[in-house]
Amino acid sequence: MAGLGDLLGRAVLWPFVLLARLIDLPLRVWQRWTGIGGMAAVFLAPTLLIFGVFVLVPLGLNFAYAMTGGTGILLGERPFVGFEQYGRLLECEDYTRRLTCREDQFWTAVGNTGVFVIFQVTLMVAVSLITALILNRNIRGRGFFRAVFFFPVLLSPVVVGLIWRWILQRQGLLNLIMVNLGLDPQVWLNDRFYAFAATIGVSTWAHMGFYTLILLAGLQAIPRDLYEAAEMDATPPTRVFRRITLPLLAPNLAVVLVLALIRGVQIFDEVYVLTGGGPGTSTLFLTQYIYEAGFASILRNPGLAAAASILMGAVLVVLTLLQLWLSRRAEGGRVR
Amino acid sequence: MTRTMTSLAALVAASLGSAAWAQDPTEIRMMWYSDGIEGEVMQDLVTRFEEQNPDIDIVFDNVAYQVIQEQLPIQLASGQGPDIARVTNLKEQAEHWLDLRPLVADAAYWDTNFGDRFDWMRDTGSDAIPGFLTQLTLTGGYANATLFEQAGVALPGADATWDDWIAASQQVMESQQLPAAFAIDRSGHRISGPAASYGANYIGADGAPAAIDDGTMAFAGKLVDWTTQGLMLPEVWVSAAGTTYRAAADDFINAQIPFYYSGSWQVANLSSKIGDAFDWVATGSPCGDAGCSGLAGGAALVAVKYTQHPEEVARVMDFLASEEIVREFSERTLFLPAHAGVVAAGGLEFQSEDPNVPTALDTFVTASTQTVPTADALPAWIYANAYYGALVTRISQVMAGELSLDEARTLMDQDIADQVAAAQQ
Repeated sequence: MAGLGDLLGRAVLWPFVLLARLIDLPLRVWQRWTGIGGMAAVFLAPTLLIFGVFVLVPLGLNFAYAMTGGTGILLGERPFVGFEQYGRLLECEDYTRRLTCREDQFWTAVGNTGVFVIFQVTLMVAVSLITALILNRNIRGRGFFRAVFFFPVLLSPVVVGLIWRWILQRQGLLNLIMVNLGLDPQVWLNDRFYAFAATIGVSTWAHMGFYTLILLAGLQAIPRDLYEAAEMDATPPTRVFRRITLPLLAPNLAVVLVLALIRGVQIFDEVYVLTGGGPGTSTLFLTQYIYEAGFASILRNPGLAAAASILMGAVLVVLTLLQLWLSRRAEGGRVR
Repeated sequence: MTRTMTSLAALVAASLGSAAWAQDPTEIRMMWYSDGIEGEVMQDLVTRFEEQNPDIDIVFDNVAYQVIQEQLPIQLASGQGPDIARVTNLKEQAEHWLDLRPLVADAAYWDTNFGDRFDWMRDTGSDAIPGFLTQLTLTGGYANATLFEQAGVALPGADATWDDWIAASQQVMESQQLPAAFAIDRSGHRISGPAASYGANYIGADGAPAAIDDGTMAFAGKLVDWTTQGLMLPEVWVSAAGTTYRAAADDFINAQIPFYYSGSWQVANLSSKIGDAFDWVATGSPCGDAGCSGLAGGAALVAVKYTQHPEEVARVMDFLASEEIVREFSERTLFLPAHAGVVAAGGLEFQSEDPNVPTALDTFVTASTQTVPTADALPAWIYANAYYGALVTRISQVMAGELSLDEARTLMDQDIADQVAAAQQ
């Protein structure tokens, strides 16, 4: 039996062994010629090629589009206009009154995204932390509940949007329940407040499983003897949380916070399906504005969309750098 | 052994020879969207063409309308796309259509039967044959006759105004405890016929967009008032941002609204989905101060100039544009034909057992004689979509309480001016 397994293994590996032998000689020659540094270049080349084609080239194209005007779609058909698109986005007579801005919908989207990020990230971190703390306890069915809370993360955002739309629409599940309870039905998605609250709630529901998992990993990494020592000293639970759990969980919390911030700024798919940006423009977020301006609108303007995406990208770069700094600081703290 | 080897060699040689002789059929891709049952009908016609022309294989891509609106323009701009497409954005994309004049079997036939509307889909001054309208459409209303009857409210007459229709529908709404009195599709195109009925004119003397006028604002103001009063179903217009298209057909089909303003292309859709659940009638367009106008339009089947097989595409188009096929397509889809010969010959036998259908189609034919010139000019106007987009975006914001009508007017003018400036860059 072992002989057969060995044979099968050799058969499976044979093409790779052959390939390795074929490229062995040229690689040896290359290494002798360029030294060890040259070999690094060889091994990095495939990744760099893919990264270049799918990330750097589109990024460069985006910068180029942002410098063009007109209604053409191909870059070659579009006239160079310099920084005109940025000027159009940022031109306001009075920055406290969005209607005085040339692209008032851009500023509406910026404002909505800002408010969304503040409330959604706060809620996301709080709910994820509470859920992680509960799931970290020895409760019955802990594995089941961990799976339940993580399940929405596996769903496509479009499915999430559709499910909640069916729940919240005029003849949806929620209104059915309310009517059966003798309450007046509401048109949830036509009300500015409820629609905005729905976007926060739904996106939190959809993504909290991921952040809960990060926090749960952090909680399980905290040494148990610290809690045992606190228990022996009869330390109240709130004090244990403030003095042990929270400080030791801080690096994970920082990562969760920044990741949630980045995700919040990028919010699009489930909200687009759920509210379409309405009522009016009350749930129009930055990514939808860019999508509409570049692709979906009758008044399509790829240059404006590209400029807006670069401005959004700048915000995301700052947030990403913040995350990197926090992660490295956390790693440094652990080493010390 | 020698005989066996010889036989095998002969077999191999014969199969190689036959493979060389048998040419693969030419593949033609057709991108199509459906409002109702027309996709199934066109698939039948395409299959029939393939049976008669085994050297051509048509790949029929029946896609969502959103794909036609959002993805096809990008494909076309990059010199890609299908060989043939069914589109509604005819004039703005005219640069991408193939001129079939030197390719079709009889260009005079095309000019005679479809020539009146070639300007809707080609550059001004061009004599190209880009394709043909698969159907002529006209915007207009539908009423749920059963709901009106149950409410004891008489259907408003032929000369009834928009106010009359909304007042009557409100009575039905209140009597039958419906969520709204009426809905109109979320589209600038859909409200432009009614706006023209209130005196709106979008086109300036020089062919450039005119400033938003009082006629446009009169109908926009009514739409806003009806929405804030809870008479117009808010889900359609208010619950979306930007220029997103939303039809309210499902709300009418589900008997949630007694009156629905859309267009003639909905006849087959309503007939097939409503069945005998309730009686419905087409109403034409209610009247305003300046007329009782709908807005004509249509979807066209166009040849795309990036095709690698223009001769084969022309053969497909010749087949589909033939009088016999156009007649069959119209009779089966319940679409108004845009073929002059078919219209002149009359006697179309629409294939429907639904008693609501013949009267609905007759109503649209009658309504097509009542359109006003300012509406008739729009289908062939290059800036129509810029105007439609600005109307939808800003009127929705007023309905949602984000803007006043005056602010919306200023912003619509600005949006249209920006679009014109971009087009002229």
